[in-house]
Amino acid sequence: MMASKPKLHYPNGRGRMESVRWVLAAAGVEFDEDFLETKEQLQKLQDGNHLLFQQVPMVEIDGMKLVQTRSILHYIADKHHLFGKDLKERTLIDMYVEGTLDLLELIIMHPFLKPDDQQKEVVIMAQKAIIRYFPVFEKVLRGHGQRFLVGNQLSLADIILLQTILALEEKIPNILSAFPHLQEFTVKISNIPTIKKFLEPGSKKKPPPDDIYVRTVYNVFMP
Amino acid sequence: MAAKPKLCYFRGRGRMESIRWLLAAAGVEFEEEFLETREQYERLQKDGRLLFGQVPLVEIDGMALTQTRAILSYLAAKYNLHGKDLKETVRIDMHADGTLDLMMKVAAAAFKPPGEKEKSLASAVEKAKTRYFPVFEKILKDQGEDFLVGNKFSWADIQLLEAILMIEELDASVLSDFPLLQAFKTRISNIPTIKKFLQPGSQRKPPPDSHYVKVARTVLQF
Repeated sequence: MMASKPKLHYPNGRGRMESVRWVLAAAGVEFDEDFLETKEQLQKLQDGNHLLFQQVPMVEIDGMKLVQTRSILHYIADKHHLFGKDLKERTLIDMYVEGTLDLLELIIMHPFLKPDDQQKEVVIMAQKAIIRYFPVFEKVLRGHGQRFLVGNQLSLADIILLQTILALEEKIPNILSAFPHLQEFTVKISNIPTIKKFLEPGSKKKPPPDDIYVRTVYNVFMP
Repeated sequence: MAAKPKLCYFRGRGRMESIRWLLAAAGVEFEEEFLETREQYERLQKDGRLLFGQVPLVEIDGMALTQTRAILSYLAAKYNLHGKDLKETVRIDMHADGTLDLMMKVAAAAFKPPGEKEKSLASAVEKAKTRYFPVFEKILKDQGEDFLVGNKFSWADIQLLEAILMIEELDASVLSDFPLLQAFKTRISNIPTIKKFLQPGSQRKPPPDSHYVKVARTVLQF
């Protein structure tokens, strides 16, 4: 019997689910999506006890209903050999991913800030990326000269970093100007066949958040 | 003989407390370096031991680990508290992520202005009563086992106990509707390593006070 495809439950937009879409796509896993558009839909999921802590993202996979973004990402990474070859590599990947997710969090929250604060926040994002995060990854790549961040093979760390770089470049096009190794990394990881496919039009990659997405999120989640 | 793990953080709970709990529950002795001044912090950053310039920092097995969740996952795996297979691991992760979210709400409240702080703490207690504790009560009821996952003591159990005690400090009656959680609390508290950690004189830290907040703000400059 063929395993059914994973099914993602979330609004039709990036948010906290986008990292999951990236990792599934990179792993070559096809998935279905049930888009949350109304409060009633969310209520139905909650009332049916489908959401462990009443929250999304939720991913139906392998007979389970997984919640908590990081738990979902770790499960998929483990299952598809994207989490290193041993505990030390896994922990290094984990540290890199946690840091990158902290940066990505600023991008995720950005559309929900007051318009007056949004421009200021872009500056803060850029500063954090350029001062705290990018130098670390630039140094790692320069240090070992390999294509991938950890253990000379694709991992969750590479995927989440690429996602974050591309999202930042949408707001700050020259953000990698001082980081030649990250520029090369971006090209190389983007060219991995499964990722290249995900970056092409018609894939399940979601566009940058717009007013419709923001309004949908408020409709679904605000009491 | 392996050196003891060394924790570097403020003398208080914050993001390090769950790590102290895990180590203590696993029966692992550890040392602590307490951050008290901005100069100490800047020296740590210059030393290059802080991957993204942040604490918590745990030096263990020749590595300088940062990022709370990465540290917790490493320790859970190392001390066999992370389940026997992928399905158990993800269940433990979901439970731990949930209780960590709850505890971080309480930790963040300490830094809010008066008024807002009380509101945040009340909201955390409300979330515990309506979103988190009912879930764990149901899991214990449905499974009829002593522990949350795989009938075996895990990271999920340690963190749930930590969260229960933290919320009880804010509202002593919070478990009144949850008889199985009450039994769970007693049971897990009586595990010898945890019992020891709960006694005075252990490395368990008290709830955040104004001094803790002041030191954190001074060191991190926020």
